[in-house]
Amino acid sequence: MSSLPPGSNSGLSLRKLWFDPNVRSLVFQLIAVLAVVGFFYYIINNALFNLEQRGITTGFAFLDNSAGFGIIQSLIEYDESYSFGRTFFVGLLNTILISALGVFFATILGFIVGVARLSDNWLVAKIATFYIEIFRNIPLLLQIFFWYFAVLRTLPSPKQSLQIGEAAFLNVRGLYLPKTILEAGSGIVVFAFFACLIATVFIFFWSKRRQMLTGKQFPTFLFNAALMITVPGIVFLLAGSPVHLEYPELKGFNFKGGLTVIPELAALLIALTVYTASFIAEIVRSGIVAVNKGQSEASISLGLSKTQTLKLVVIPQAMRVIIPPLTSQYLNLTKNSSLATAIGYPDLVSVFMGTTLNQTGQAIEVIAMTMGVYLTISISTSIVMNIYNRKMSLVER
Amino acid sequence: MLKKTHLSAAIAAVSLVLTTFGAQAEGDTLSSVKSKGFLQCGVSTGLPGFSNPDAEGNWQGLDVDVCRAVAAAVLGDATKVKYTPLTAKERFTALQSGEIDVLSRNTTWTLTRDASLGLNFAGVNYYDGQGFMVSKELGVSSAKELDGAAVCIQSGTTTELNLADYFRENGMEYTPIVFDTSDQTVKGFEAGRCDVLTSDQSQLYALRIKLADPGSAMVLPEVISKEPLGPVVRQGDDAWFNIVKWSLNAMLNAEELGLTSANVDEMAKGTNPNIRRLVGLEGPKEALGLEPTWAYNIVKQVGSYAESFERNVGTGSPLAIDRGINALWNQGGFMYAPPIR
Ligand SMILES: N[C@@H](CCC(=O)N[C@@H](CS)C(=O)NCC(=O)O)C(=O)O
Repeated sequence: MSSLPPGSNSGLSLRKLWFDPNVRSLVFQLIAVLAVVGFFYYIINNALFNLEQRGITTGFAFLDNSAGFGIIQSLIEYDESYSFGRTFFVGLLNTILISALGVFFATILGFIVGVARLSDNWLVAKIATFYIEIFRNIPLLLQIFFWYFAVLRTLPSPKQSLQIGEAAFLNVRGLYLPKTILEAGSGIVVFAFFACLIATVFIFFWSKRRQMLTGKQFPTFLFNAALMITVPGIVFLLAGSPVHLEYPELKGFNFKGGLTVIPELAALLIALTVYTASFIAEIVRSGIVAVNKGQSEASISLGLSKTQTLKLVVIPQAMRVIIPPLTSQYLNLTKNSSLATAIGYPDLVSVFMGTTLNQTGQAIEVIAMTMGVYLTISISTSIVMNIYNRKMSLVER
Repeated sequence: MLKKTHLSAAIAAVSLVLTTFGAQAEGDTLSSVKSKGFLQCGVSTGLPGFSNPDAEGNWQGLDVDVCRAVAAAVLGDATKVKYTPLTAKERFTALQSGEIDVLSRNTTWTLTRDASLGLNFAGVNYYDGQGFMVSKELGVSSAKELDGAAVCIQSGTTTELNLADYFRENGMEYTPIVFDTSDQTVKGFEAGRCDVLTSDQSQLYALRIKLADPGSAMVLPEVISKEPLGPVVRQGDDAWFNIVKWSLNAMLNAEELGLTSANVDEMAKGTNPNIRRLVGLEGPKEALGLEPTWAYNIVKQVGSYAESFERNVGTGSPLAIDRGINALWNQGGFMYAPPIR
């Protein structure tokens, strides 16, 4: 500073400041933030003003009013005397249910088809190709309608249900299965079940590590299966069989009791699974193809079987390529599940953004809440997959 | 159809958000209709007798006649109407956002809709009540026997709410199967997805003729609710509200005075002051800000309420519904229009 000539005034240093890239970027960012905040402030104010002008009620007070309509499937307790707020959670859980089931089955099916497409067996490879080309190119909504209206609607009426013994029934109204009813004293059985479940996870990782370190293999699958069956089984018998099954029964028009899988859920799940799996299959295939051929050749020449090569050498490396696009398929599936409303599966969009919006008329509030949910689901799926992805890429040597 | 539902809700929301302060929010519908040269009318996606396109694609029905009456009054031509088919879920947002000028789609007048949606009901053009339709095979003769039934309903209707009330009050259980459009609801019923289809009773008769075999289904005697159906407009535009209200009143008054589209010219030559006022030869000629012949145009081009009823839902139609409570007040019904004077 002292080296500056006495004439240098603040104007110059202001100019200097202005040309300082750091300061400049800060200023621009500040302006951008202000603009965004101002924009939203304007929009929100504007909306409130307009709504009031038109005599439309605003605010979230409606969430406490009783809903007054029934919902066919709910994972939490619900009837028409519960509030509109509750319908939000009923819908949300139904969305999560269909998405989780869809992701689970689409992943399994997608991997099988993707691997099959690369099979040396001509027929298997062709069937996989055929599957992918068909289901990837038919619009999803059409597929949902196909399963719901064309396939599931041809099932017989409740009185002529297809049945397995007296336990499971299938008809146009759904699939009726026995339900486990937990009685007093069943806590210990449930505990034993989960304890074993946790144990199997530990055994899985332990055996994997041991194999890495010593090369010794362990029959993980057989051992775990035996564990899961015997331990809870023995506890169950010792506790005096405190769990029983409730069978569905035809009473009046419909089956009562037991567990019901409604056809809306089934149709949507099949359509989402089949559709998304065709994309996942392509992702899996490209992931596998991306692994250097030398890797599998080396593995085969080391004496590993084909299955082992795939499982231990190819797939782990392919995962790095597979995961990012897989994430977006999962997100797509979740978002696509909102097509539920076309066939009346009670997901968030159908229940909350459909019936609740209509019964209350509070479009802005309801749409904002619904968008918030999809945003949250999307972002959290991305985060989880990013973490997983990072872990996978560390394996690289 | 599905995409459209959410799209229109979203568009309505966005338009409410973006409309600038004070601008045209509840603008002047009358001048906008006049300058457009046609009326944009919201109707159902297809409900025989009320609003349904015929084989040539022309909309017809009791609710459609209200649209035509308003167009005749405002534009002097009952054919100057464009129709927007709306499902139950879409209808209010379409009206709120200004996509349509009037909603005439078997819509029940309720407190919530009147008070918190920013809408006004411009009268009642059909007094209805909710009923149940079952397949004859089911062997049920009363709604009280429906415990445990699966019930097909349309989403976003008063029907959904009444159903829940009724079953709860009678200590019965039910499974709601909810669809977006009446077509899907009917298909669901036909395929046996549900035992019962419930809706406003008039609509049950209308939907029954949509069945592949109408004879296989029957309507149960119970009526479980009050469903006064009428045209709806946006709140805050009183001039337009009056026009729609009085278009309907003109049709009712015409019936009371014995006017029809065929005899109105003849009758206008007479001395009855009520008739002379209605056709615009006397009395409050410019009260609505329309041509003095506004009501004459309605009667001439659309007809009286009686004509509209018979043609669309009455004995002259496949629905063959009795006038019943929809008769004029002096013939044992509820239809009563304030006088034109
Ligand atoms: N009046 C009732 C019900 C109106 C309603 O939407 N009824 C169905 C009967 S299934 C209908 O008209 N659907 C025709 C359509 O969706 O276009 C209301 O205002 O909520």
